[in-house]
Amino acid sequence: MNQNQNKLKASVTLLRIFIGWHFLFEGVVKMYNPEWTSFGYLATAQGPFEWFFTMLIGDATIGWVDTLNIIALMVVGVTFTLGIFENIGAIVGIGLLALYFLAHPPFPGLTQMNAEGNYWLINKNLIELVACVVIYQLPTGKYFGLDYLRKYKLKTQEQ
Amino acid sequence: MKWTRRDLLLGLGGLPILGAVWWAGAATSVGSRNKRTEILEQLNIKPSLPPAVPAIGGEPVRIGIIGFGIRGEQLTRALGFATDEWKEEMRLEAEEDPNNKRLEDFEKQEPLNVKLVGICDVFDVRAEKFINSFSTDDNKIKRYVTYKDMIQSGEVDAVVIATPDHWHAPMSIETLNNNVHVYVEKPMTHTVGETYTLREAAEKSDAVFAVGHQHRQTLSFGTARDIVEKGTLGHVSLIQTNTNRNDDNGAWNYDIHEKASPDTIDWEQFLGSAPKVPFNKNHFFRWRKWWAYGSGLSGDLLTHDYDRLNCVLNMGIPASVSASGGIYTHNDGRNVPDVIQVNMEFPDFSTGSSQTKGKEKGMTFCYSATLGNGFNRPTILMGHDATMELGNRLTVWPDGASTRYADMLEMEKMRPDVPIYQYDPAANATDAVSSATSQYFADKGLMWTYIDGVRVDSTFLHMREWLSVIKNGGNVSCGIKEGFDEAISAHMAGLSWKLGRKIEWNAASQTLKPIEGIDFDQVLLGNENWNMQPEMVG
Repeated sequence: MNQNQNKLKASVTLLRIFIGWHFLFEGVVKMYNPEWTSFGYLATAQGPFEWFFTMLIGDATIGWVDTLNIIALMVVGVTFTLGIFENIGAIVGIGLLALYFLAHPPFPGLTQMNAEGNYWLINKNLIELVACVVIYQLPTGKYFGLDYLRKYKLKTQEQ
Repeated sequence: MKWTRRDLLLGLGGLPILGAVWWAGAATSVGSRNKRTEILEQLNIKPSLPPAVPAIGGEPVRIGIIGFGIRGEQLTRALGFATDEWKEEMRLEAEEDPNNKRLEDFEKQEPLNVKLVGICDVFDVRAEKFINSFSTDDNKIKRYVTYKDMIQSGEVDAVVIATPDHWHAPMSIETLNNNVHVYVEKPMTHTVGETYTLREAAEKSDAVFAVGHQHRQTLSFGTARDIVEKGTLGHVSLIQTNTNRNDDNGAWNYDIHEKASPDTIDWEQFLGSAPKVPFNKNHFFRWRKWWAYGSGLSGDLLTHDYDRLNCVLNMGIPASVSASGGIYTHNDGRNVPDVIQVNMEFPDFSTGSSQTKGKEKGMTFCYSATLGNGFNRPTILMGHDATMELGNRLTVWPDGASTRYADMLEMEKMRPDVPIYQYDPAANATDAVSSATSQYFADKGLMWTYIDGVRVDSTFLHMREWLSVIKNGGNVSCGIKEGFDEAISAHMAGLSWKLGRKIEWNAASQTLKPIEGIDFDQVLLGNENWNMQPEMVG
């Protein structure tokens, strides 16, 4: 049982780091590109929440939306790769991915835009979202990550 | 407290990952930006700025509209007046498709200092619609039976002419002779002879004369001019421009109004100089299909493409024109071709050269059109150093064998399949286009332009410029010189198609090279298939 537990921890850690990697890279690329904007993605939103996403593209809001998106991507990226406060990162990641999913849901009848594959109801955003749920439920920072050092510190204090 | 190597590995193992990803992300972003900046600095292209025109001050310009058909209504909207019927139609369309912003765009349009005072339309329904929509208690709009009554009334300062082509010149000339300002739709004239008479009238008149090539207001074309002038493309040897339509509206089979009859239409006046044929609704509403009133693809759509390029390159009238084509897609009684290929030769024209002096000179402008297929073929300018796609958006690709970019290509800083310059004023705007025909015009930059990312009707800008010149003086961007180039080039294409031979231009004498035994204007106006009637040539 213990051996299985360790295997699971190792797998989830790998999952966590890869997702963190993915988010971090997206965040950094956008941060260093002053011309990047989510305008196009939002303006072409479809599905039941189209009204919400098109509301975000106003002159007054779009700057905030872009900045918040970069910050959210970085929060997930940093917490997941470093292995600290990953539950906060997981919640932010779930929220972000839910928004991405709802902006361009792979529902039948909608034209697939900004998508590189073929999907029906489930797409990669939703799968990554569920992976974030797993990471939320199985934190691995204490096993590999900055949390390990916190745990170590706590232990030494207890002794 | 002492940390072992194992503790550090497990605790801080994420740090190098974070560092690596961060570095890679930053390098990707900054690297591609630097590469682009280097190319852009080398190209030094200046995107054009929105046109600034002096205000149309003082008393409102009193305007009379001649012809309130499809285009007449559009022009009147550009002046700031839409019929209730149109508003209602747009409101319903917007309800169905929230992206349809035409009504919203119209309502946001800046008001122009004009007053509609008169209407002249030979179809009662249209004249009444105009009066019902725009006549108010303070401003009673008058219907004039003939255009002469309107022009000579002394009650109009300016007229907008949106009639069939065969009326463009007679009306414009009469108006200019009365020193009333003119905005006339393209093509400016219907025959070669008229083109000279109209030029003379415009030059003599104190009034401002403008031809309705509204795309001259399209911002991307100013940028395109800068791109060409900076030698970005090198020597352009070929221009390909096209019309691709595959719908009834695009083939000029417009709706026939249910109330149309000899009682509601002044048929004699419609015909004017055209052959006297009995009342025919098809001719009245779908006049673009007959040479007697319209000019077919060469006058109707080639003129757009020719003037777009003349606006960018200023290449003038071609030395010769050869055309071929036929009625292959809409054999419905029309006598204008629905498939046409026009080759215009400019043997002495050059956009500059990056190679040995004298090696490159001359250019062909190739217009290819069909009304039986809607596949989008873009307008492209093909130079030795680069290729440019021209529309509301501009894209420039380097050529693999370019002389100018040889070093950059060798160092792989440029690649033939990656654009070196892109201009997209619409990047921050979503467009909803209602019909295939409007998509056709929109792609070419003929319907609207973008100012600070906001869509603006180019016809509005074109009319605003005309009105501003009326009040403040200056030059319109499509005046008699540009109109003359456009009309002669279009007539050369029409003549070449009808005669099945090359038509040449003598630039020194500013005349068409005569062809023994042929009267060009008689050929242009001939309603029958010219080749079948050699006896008419004499």
